[in-house]
Amino acid sequence: MLLKEIAEKLSLKTFTPQVEMAKDVKGGYTSDLLSDVMGASKEGDLWITLQTHKNIVAVASLRELSAIILVKGFEPDRDTVEAATAENIPLLGTDLQTFEISGRLYNLLK
Amino acid sequence: MLTEYNVEGGDFTRAGYASSQIKKTLKNLNISPEIIKRVVVALYEAEVNIVAHAFKGVISADISNSGIKLVLEDEGPGIPDIDMAMTKGYSTASSRVREMGFGAGMGLPNIKDNADRFNIVSRVGEGTRVTIEIDFAG
Repeated sequence: MLLKEIAEKLSLKTFTPQVEMAKDVKGGYTSDLLSDVMGASKEGDLWITLQTHKNIVAVASLRELSAIILVKGFEPDRDTVEAATAENIPLLGTDLQTFEISGRLYNLLK
Repeated sequence: MLTEYNVEGGDFTRAGYASSQIKKTLKNLNISPEIIKRVVVALYEAEVNIVAHAFKGVISADISNSGIKLVLEDEGPGIPDIDMAMTKGYSTASSRVREMGFGAGMGLPNIKDNADRFNIVSRVGEGTRVTIEIDFAG
């Protein structure tokens, strides 16, 4: 499913309006441990996390993840937004907690 | 082709820079995505280890036709017990580093799993040298 469609269906807000959203999302990965995401996520995954610092962009870019969703209304650090825009990684947000947003994304993609 | 990158201990804002540069180089050389993934995972973990634990370090990447050899040499506290450090889940990271989602004791095992050859030498109070080799064929 296209990221744009997912963002609409899950009412996600975007912190990176300039970044292209016409990407295909193949799956999702939920984790707040960066090593876990590095080691176990798959290319194209949509990553759900509560981490808001800049290093999430490095991980998403290196692993070629499709986008990042921040949970529970968390706002990204300013340099996180700058890095995400520079690296073309859409940075999205939801007020839902991790379990709920993961479940809704799973239902959309299954 | 040999390139070097300096890494500053504690500077998480630049963690991943060397990994990102080397990934671009390997893509330009048309190395297979599966191999690039292994290099990136191993190198990023090793780079973060320097940032999280050492005062400073140097990463050298030597790319040949047959593979890549990465040497990460740091000045830092060193590792008293390497077997313990290689155990999944064992970590000496600070609480600040853990709060960022690092320091879960997965770094060194992740590096080893992704390397064709892996070596670690450390002297307590001096520093650590990690060598990672990944072949391009097979």
